[in-house]
Amino acid sequence: MSRRHIISLLMENEAGALSRVAGLFSARAYNIESLTVAPTEDATLSRMTIVTVGSEDIIEQITKQLNKLVDVIKVMDLTEGSHIERELMLVKLRAVGADREEIKRTADIFRGNIIDVTESTYTIELTGAGSKLDAFLEAIDSAFILETVRTGASGIGRGERSLKV
Amino acid sequence: MFAGPGVKIKIKARKSAGWLPWHDFLTVTGQNDYPHGFTNELIFYQFMEATGAEIVVRCLAEEGVEFVFGYPGGAVLNIYDEIFKQNKFKHVLVRHEQAAVHAADAYARSTGRVGVALVTSGPGVTNAVTGIATAYMDSIPIVVVTGQVPTPAIGLDAFQEVDTVGITRPCVKHNFLVKDVKDLAATMKKAFIIAATGRPGPVVVDVPKDVTYHTTDFEYPATVEMRSYSPVVKGHSGQMKRAVQMLLEAKRPMIYAGGGVVLGDASEQLAELTRLLGFPITNTLMGLGGYPATDRQNLGMLGMHGTYEANMAMQHSDVLLAVGARFDDRVIGNPAHFAREQRRIIHIDVDPSSISKRVKVDVPIVGDVKNVLTDMLALLKQAKEKPDVAALNAWWTQIELWRSKNCLKYNRNSPIIKPQYVVEKLWEVTKGDAYVTSDVGQHQMWAAQYYKFDKPRRWINSGGLGTMGVGLPYAMGVQLAFPDAQVACITGESSIQMNIQELSTCKQYRIPVKVVTLNNRYMGMVRQWQEFFYGSRYAESYMESLPDFVKLAEAYGHVGMRIDRPEDVEAALKEAFSPALKERMVFMDFQTDQTENVFPMVEGGKGLSEMILAEEL
Repeated sequence: MSRRHIISLLMENEAGALSRVAGLFSARAYNIESLTVAPTEDATLSRMTIVTVGSEDIIEQITKQLNKLVDVIKVMDLTEGSHIERELMLVKLRAVGADREEIKRTADIFRGNIIDVTESTYTIELTGAGSKLDAFLEAIDSAFILETVRTGASGIGRGERSLKV
Repeated sequence: MFAGPGVKIKIKARKSAGWLPWHDFLTVTGQNDYPHGFTNELIFYQFMEATGAEIVVRCLAEEGVEFVFGYPGGAVLNIYDEIFKQNKFKHVLVRHEQAAVHAADAYARSTGRVGVALVTSGPGVTNAVTGIATAYMDSIPIVVVTGQVPTPAIGLDAFQEVDTVGITRPCVKHNFLVKDVKDLAATMKKAFIIAATGRPGPVVVDVPKDVTYHTTDFEYPATVEMRSYSPVVKGHSGQMKRAVQMLLEAKRPMIYAGGGVVLGDASEQLAELTRLLGFPITNTLMGLGGYPATDRQNLGMLGMHGTYEANMAMQHSDVLLAVGARFDDRVIGNPAHFAREQRRIIHIDVDPSSISKRVKVDVPIVGDVKNVLTDMLALLKQAKEKPDVAALNAWWTQIELWRSKNCLKYNRNSPIIKPQYVVEKLWEVTKGDAYVTSDVGQHQMWAAQYYKFDKPRRWINSGGLGTMGVGLPYAMGVQLAFPDAQVACITGESSIQMNIQELSTCKQYRIPVKVVTLNNRYMGMVRQWQEFFYGSRYAESYMESLPDFVKLAEAYGHVGMRIDRPEDVEAALKEAFSPALKERMVFMDFQTDQTENVFPMVEGGKGLSEMILAEEL
């Protein structure tokens, strides 16, 4: 049974570290739905969130293979426990005339912020689980959408469940 | 600071020790301006300062490296200049970078120490990649130092530039690009640590040319901490207890030992455990020699060309102890078929990702094989229970029945030389004590089946990647490590041609390996598959226009022999290994039966017990 998993990992913040992870996934034919990476509060560390789909056996192999990478310090499958997941999306929409009000209302409903305004466009910032971002896009007439950019999911364990060195 | 007279003496002392201007403790600046010698007043010195090239060479010396196998080129000229000035290790000039890595790999396989290769950037690296991938697939500890274009030129498609770290990433345990000379010494230390510990493997250190002439203070660290790297050493005690319990309950036990036993130097512990329990044991291709082949409890190699008894016992066992092995496709065949029989599996491996990769196991034990076996032996000796003798006797009766099929028999009365016969005779002539390297194909399987390895690290072959052309450079690496040992390279007329240029290296360094070519004028294993599975359509597997190997060997300054008749086989081998030819490289060209096939055989995708035996054809 294939399931969606969010794997978080801490690795040395070194050149080429990202390509080791990406290369591992392609070499071993694992799926990547999204991958995000950025330095942590400790600049020597990078934290990566990988969303992947696979059976229990595949996910077990993925975590083992990630752990085996020399630059990887810790790996955690967030979906094994209680966790929070967020994704950021920026959407640029054609907004003229009466549509401007309609779009603003929809953005408010989804707790989006309009972060850039021109005579003919709005750019909206929206965060949430991926499904919420999908729902927003469905609620907007696709003819309005000029451009979207999504970060992919970031995740964190709830409560005391932490990924620390 | 001005150097006093004392320093001058120190430099002279170094010179006399053969260390020429390779100043161990100081770098002298301005010496080139004073060709008549050092002028005290003008010598400035800094303690421990060294160029990147010096650092590379001194790190290798600090690691106790004996041999560096390599090939020079633009990006590594500074490093070669430092090699020229030192005498701590010997550089072996190969004729192709692939051979450099293979030789370093064989040095590692036979000695257990880290092998070292040095190649230049660009084509030097791409030529080395086959060697690196070969070592990676068999978990062999090597460090490959590669030259790189100067850092400002990286990414500009400079002459002889390739993305070395990118190209080698999927086939190394780890790799480094050293951009700052200050990081060089620590990186070299890390490379040696990573290569040799945990599940061993190749490590590439890519050194741009400018880094080799930049200078920094040099100090070689005794060790380097890596927070992200800490291989498991000891096994989990609870799991080991469960494992011992399971072994003692077994009715039809089987021990399946792989290359991890050899690499982990755990042969003694494995033998003690196996003898204490009285269980049957089989070795994988990579594990040969991990348990004595001539011992009655050893059922021989298992797998695609394993013995009937080993494969049957593997399939029908009820408790399987896998030690340093990885259930790969050439070993257990189709995993679905393997899973048809109920059995409980204990798996000891240093690499957690090898466990439950192809076959689900019941008791995983992650740890260094030697430590785990030692701990399990202690538990076994304390245990009140004993193995079930009645069940074990019944199991051995069944195994002996399988063994009585004598699956490795072949026609000994053939008027044409049978390849198996050559290997058997080689075993006799060398008293089973030679180091044997092989290439890849039928001859490799015959070597594995008919040369009975009683000691670990004697059988050197490319198991995982299956690289044709490894045999001769492997033999060189082994012979240099063990100058007095008998070293044979069992090969075929196709494989040997893939690195035949190394005959020249053998001449230069007087490497007296004995090449045993089983020449059937075909890529034998390809021909065998074409016969079985492609209606005997031998597409491009016939080796047309072969050279006269005797003349070829002679042209390179070696001894060549051609053997056409079975009755001459033994005499030829005896002569080759005689004291008269001890110092000579001998190339034996055995004209063998073109139609001979390797049996038993498990077809790809079939189950382990679905073997084709010789008699069935």
